[in-house]
Amino acid sequence: MIKNEWPLWEVFTQKRSGAPFEHAGSVHAPDKEMALQNARDVYSRRNEASCLWVVLSEYITSSSPEDAEAFFEPSNDKIYRHPNFYKTPGATFE
Amino acid sequence: MESHSEQEKEKQFNERIDRGDIIEPKDWMPERYRKQLIRIMGQHAHSEIVGMLPEGNWITRAPSLRRKAVLLAKVQDEAGHGLYIYSGTETLGVSRDQMNQELLSGKAKYSSIFNYPTLSWADMGAIGWLVDGAAIVNQTALAKCSYGPYARAMIRICKEENFHHKQGYEILATLMTGTPEQKAMAQDAVDRFWWPSLMMFGPSDKDSPNTAELMRWKVKKYTNDDLRQRFIDRTVPQAENIGLKLPDDKLKWNPDTMHYEHGEINWDEFYNVIKGNGICNHQRLKARNDAHDKGAWVREAANAYAGKHAEKTMAA
Repeated sequence: MIKNEWPLWEVFTQKRSGAPFEHAGSVHAPDKEMALQNARDVYSRRNEASCLWVVLSEYITSSSPEDAEAFFEPSNDKIYRHPNFYKTPGATFE
Repeated sequence: MESHSEQEKEKQFNERIDRGDIIEPKDWMPERYRKQLIRIMGQHAHSEIVGMLPEGNWITRAPSLRRKAVLLAKVQDEAGHGLYIYSGTETLGVSRDQMNQELLSGKAKYSSIFNYPTLSWADMGAIGWLVDGAAIVNQTALAKCSYGPYARAMIRICKEENFHHKQGYEILATLMTGTPEQKAMAQDAVDRFWWPSLMMFGPSDKDSPNTAELMRWKVKKYTNDDLRQRFIDRTVPQAENIGLKLPDDKLKWNPDTMHYEHGEINWDEFYNVIKGNGICNHQRLKARNDAHDKGAWVREAANAYAGKHAEKTMAA
């Protein structure tokens, strides 16, 4: 039998400095150093990343898709948060 | 009451599928959808892992340093592919331990193609060109499947698989410019791998019990026969291009359908290999178990190191 499955880590990759970090997938590893090394070997064999984050999956909290409508509802009626809400007669904004 | 709401949820789920929505791990899904995906993704991941063995067999005997580096990189990619899909499968609530166990115990299925032996260097060419070529056709379709983590893994895999495909073709193309013995070696490899490659797409549509359900849920976008035809149509001209003959007398272009017609596939052989009677079934399983057992000390050492390190951090 295999015992003590290593913890699961979520892997985020940054393509180049300045770019946002994106979720790439996950790896199992006993500690954070090995999680980084495994993440490099699994998700960046072709320079897909210039920087990596790994975080224990159990520390990630997700909103619930079933409650998405109510959860994100507050921004639905606030169209004044967008620039095209405003009338700017005669002036040009770029 | 409960069954009513389950029905309602399933109806909404089907509407999402019809709209082309992508299903994510935390979304509600029918148990049957979850089970089918665990089955398909598990088999796919196991195939990537077992797929390392026939090629690993030739790493030490590659004919040049260039070929050796390429083969090594390809086998590493297969390990990576297995890991992408395993982690995708884990999002459906199955543990890595469980999937490992199922592979090691022989309970899990994997692609029948890997139970054929790799007898010559030319087999590395035939596997890259035909086996990875067939895999690309399959996986390109799966990259649009309705389950997000699987589709994303497929997109990543398809990008890498193109290198596998081309390096295989290059091996055969090189052999086909060589001595009569080298040409014969290339032809022999293709003779052995052609039909098993066609079987990789699975049983003919009329004998494929899962197809209708999987297509309804957009896990599959095309039938086994459609994908097989697509593979044949793109592979025949590549064979002709370097003077290889595909071992099927009935293979011929049909200008009306714009497809190649092909001979009957030996499905008895296919089912026989799936049942565990292929040439290498036992060898593959043993190699996988040996690798796992011999790696035990590495896992233990890593665990011990991590444990010690954690204690130190706590104490500090």
